[in-house]
Amino acid sequence: MLDKTGIAKRIAKEIKDGYYVNLGIGIPTLVANYIPEGINIVLQSENGLLGMGPFPFEGEEDPDLINAGKQTITTLPGSSIFDSAMSFGMIRSQKVDLTILGAMEVSENGDIANWKIPGKMVKGMGGAMDLVASAKNIIVAMQHVNKAGESKLLSECSLPLTGVKCVKKIVTELAVLEIASGGGFRLLERAPGVSVEEIRKATTGKLIIEGEIPEMQI
Amino acid sequence: MINKVVANADEAIQDISSGMTLMLGGFGLCGIPENCINALVNKGIDQLTCISNNAGVDDFGIGLMLRKRQVKKMISSYVGENAEFERQLLSGELEVELVPQGTLATRCMAAGYGMPAIFTPAGVGTEVAQGKEIRNFNGKDYLMEMAFDADFAIVKAWKGDTAGNLIFRSTARNFNPVMAMAGKITIAEVEHLVEVGELDPDQIHTPGIYVHRIFQGKDYEKRIEQRTVRPKE
Repeated sequence: MLDKTGIAKRIAKEIKDGYYVNLGIGIPTLVANYIPEGINIVLQSENGLLGMGPFPFEGEEDPDLINAGKQTITTLPGSSIFDSAMSFGMIRSQKVDLTILGAMEVSENGDIANWKIPGKMVKGMGGAMDLVASAKNIIVAMQHVNKAGESKLLSECSLPLTGVKCVKKIVTELAVLEIASGGGFRLLERAPGVSVEEIRKATTGKLIIEGEIPEMQI
Repeated sequence: MINKVVANADEAIQDISSGMTLMLGGFGLCGIPENCINALVNKGIDQLTCISNNAGVDDFGIGLMLRKRQVKKMISSYVGENAEFERQLLSGELEVELVPQGTLATRCMAAGYGMPAIFTPAGVGTEVAQGKEIRNFNGKDYLMEMAFDADFAIVKAWKGDTAGNLIFRSTARNFNPVMAMAGKITIAEVEHLVEVGELDPDQIHTPGIYVHRIFQGKDYEKRIEQRTVRPKE
């Protein structure tokens, strides 16, 4: 089974040289720490920055320079800054190659829910609806089951949707899965020490298992 | 050159009255018009509709206006980090329209570009699409979203000149330029107000034609929401 760092490390292997990548809040943010040597990418922060650098050293925080999670950050040589309309212009026109974000639920046809729990949580969708509606490639980083032990990989989402038929791949503490073109979660890899049976038990939606399922290499 | 300078925030907002629709720039607490927000709180007007990406925190930014119950309706993309907001929303005291962030920015942009509506894929198939026209272009569905119509836009810039030309600094730019373009009347508060001729025309982010009133702000707190640092190596 993977911890959050493990999920981030596995997702980092999906990133290719030359990619522009948008990372959501939470586990996705950690992915930036594990980009393989020799892979050059540019991180987009939707509040208006390309080329997001690391957190500043203590005492060097700049209140005017934050990421979309409102954390203090830095720029890098080659960074650029723009307004919110242009930021979503480059997202909508698919200049951003990969979006990695968290989810509360994913359905077997690639629908995603991650912005609202009716009557309980009203924080808003932020940029998530724009990102999932336009991104060419969307990877979800999340736990396989919720705190109540219920599967988050479902036939249909029960929570209000963020986007429809958009998720391509899911990385959880148990497995790597992709959304099959005809619907269903196709199991691609098992986390170290996790059996196919354990993954089957934790998956409520249609799970497609074809042949031997290899263990993840991290 | 036309002189747009007013003395301070109180003078800039003097004709904003209860029931109006205001746009307020900023992302989180970054690049928010602190002086004008404080002036609006002191003026005590209410029943406002506020278009702003976020709603501040409990004791800063638009959170101060919420606490005084000055806001009837918030139009935002993300309103976490504000317990009073969540309380008013869940109790039904506050009306909220949650809008995808790119749609929010582009509805501002449309207003500033003189376009009545935009088409965006954001929200198709979700509750955001309810009651909205859907058009299919090249095999993909898009929602029609209307340009905003705001009585006032209130923005914060780093530098501005007496003719209203604005330059923003770093990610404090965010929604400010598109909102500046979108208000019927636009108020800009700046950290550094300079004479015309001191700003390079090539470096202007917002041309002065969009700005009706400008003033030198003071006592900027620039509060950081998530101070995140790494240890010195």
